Amino acid sequence: MKLFNITNTKTNSSSNKNGGSSLGNDKVKWLSLPYIVWMIGFIILPLLVIIYYGLTSGNKLKNLFTLGNIRLILDPTNFKALRLSLELSLISTLICLLLAYPLAMILSRSRMKSNNFIVMIIILPMWMNFLLRTIAWQNILERTGIINTVLNFLKLPTLNIINTPLAIVLGMVYNFLPFMVLPIYNVLIKIDKDVVAAARDLGANSIQTFLKIILPLSIPGVISGITMVFVPSLTTFVISTILGGSKIILIGNVIEQHFRVGNWHAGSGLSIVLMFFILVSMAILSKYDKEGEGGSLW
Amino acid sequence: MVKRIMEKFYVGLILLFLYAPIFVLIVLSFNQAKSRSKWGGFTLHWYRELFKNKYIMNALYTTLIIALLSALIATIIGTVAAIAISSMRKPPRTILIGITNIPLLNADIVTGLSLMLLFVALRFTLGFTSVLISHITFNIPYVILSVMPKIRQLSPNTYEAALDLGASPIYAFFKVILPDIFPGVLTGFFLAFTMSLDDFVITHFTKGPQINTLSTKIYTEVRKGIKPEIYALSTLMFIAVLLLLVIINRRNADKKDTIKKFD
Repeated sequence: MKLFNITNTKTNSSSNKNGGSSLGNDKVKWLSLPYIVWMIGFIILPLLVIIYYGLTSGNKLKNLFTLGNIRLILDPTNFKALRLSLELSLISTLICLLLAYPLAMILSRSRMKSNNFIVMIIILPMWMNFLLRTIAWQNILERTGIINTVLNFLKLPTLNIINTPLAIVLGMVYNFLPFMVLPIYNVLIKIDKDVVAAARDLGANSIQTFLKIILPLSIPGVISGITMVFVPSLTTFVISTILGGSKIILIGNVIEQHFRVGNWHAGSGLSIVLMFFILVSMAILSKYDKEGEGGSLW
Repeated sequence: MVKRIMEKFYVGLILLFLYAPIFVLIVLSFNQAKSRSKWGGFTLHWYRELFKNKYIMNALYTTLIIALLSALIATIIGTVAAIAISSMRKPPRTILIGITNIPLLNADIVTGLSLMLLFVALRFTLGFTSVLISHITFNIPYVILSVMPKIRQLSPNTYEAALDLGASPIYAFFKVILPDIFPGVLTGFFLAFTMSLDDFVITHFTKGPQINTLSTKIYTEVRKGIKPEIYALSTLMFIAVLLLLVIINRRNADKKDTIKKFD
């Protein structure tokens, strides 16, 4: 889980503002050598390997360059899976945003003694294994589950949620909601109270204050939150496996299946497509993030 | 007044949403029936069984050892790298920070698969070491990003003063710099440990058939049904973390800069 990026939306940009060396010793920069070697070996190189696999045919005799693996995305089943993934992850991101923003506002205004406590309550569920928490939703949603037991008791009709796209959206919202709440909350508590007070003094009503002051100032947090929810939702295969049954297939499931049966070149080709969508979404988001404080494009 | 009640109600609803599955899991750990869909009465049986189950205990041991080692190694590499990166000029620094962000922003499935392909291409057997290397890789960014802000707050004068007074750079590092950035180092270690503990996707692809962490063990049981001992174990772990956080929070409550820990 990418907890840190959320609580720390400003790290990238502010380090850029601080020019020159803080320790004043030119030799110090050579200390980064082990890290640079590690990054090249285990971040850059693996990406090159997966791109190589994605762009070659895997034929033992003639391992030739091909776009065939990438073109697999146009295959109707794969395309459907990608479209469904995009739809469900966009819906989940939107629901997360709608749920998280009011929550973050309430929390940021509360007169709680310590902010730490609030952050703790929001992230505490993440300490229980996420597979187990998702499995627990089966218990809540299934035909004989908790919700339906209550509905039956009240003589209401049974709800069929498990193994539908709705269950997957619910699982995504549940698992990634904290990643939307925390960055927005972190930005909101940093907004200068005097700025808000000044707007009120100058005659703005609460809606105007929100639209003209609070909302624009909270955009970096919102952008960060959207990235943190959208990417894992788009690429998940676990949530769809547990809550979607075997009928609903997302693009993550397609890739995982290809790798499970040893079809590495096809899986790599589809991974490249996935990376392309992640890059595009980040490029779009970074446009709205004027100060470049969000997840910063890689 | 009405607004206040509405707000409280809203926060309550969200908390219910976040905690309902956890409550379900805790209840299941005391369920006598082996199936998770029936309630068969209260029992502590699974808590006793848990410690006898050597598969679960092995998975727990692997999980903890990998979390500890990967967090430790990532903390050392990351702290040293953070110090080096902040001493750089802008262009190389921006590039390095950009690359540091890759594992944070990329999809877990792609990170996991690409590492697996690399290990296979290098004819490296998948197992404990490959999982450890992968965990160190995705942990380093968390360490760097938590140490960096602390380095920026450092006053360069104290380090120079130590050198002027005759301290060697290494001595000055341990006596002057390290104590100041230590909270960041600790946060980084703590985060790295948590991320490693909770990871499933990257472990799933890089682990090979011989070893299992708790996450991958649970995943293999999703289809055939989770062993109730797992519920007992996760309840114990959850309560342990809850107690730990309550204690830390109590101790920090007096200090005013509690928020900084998360900054």
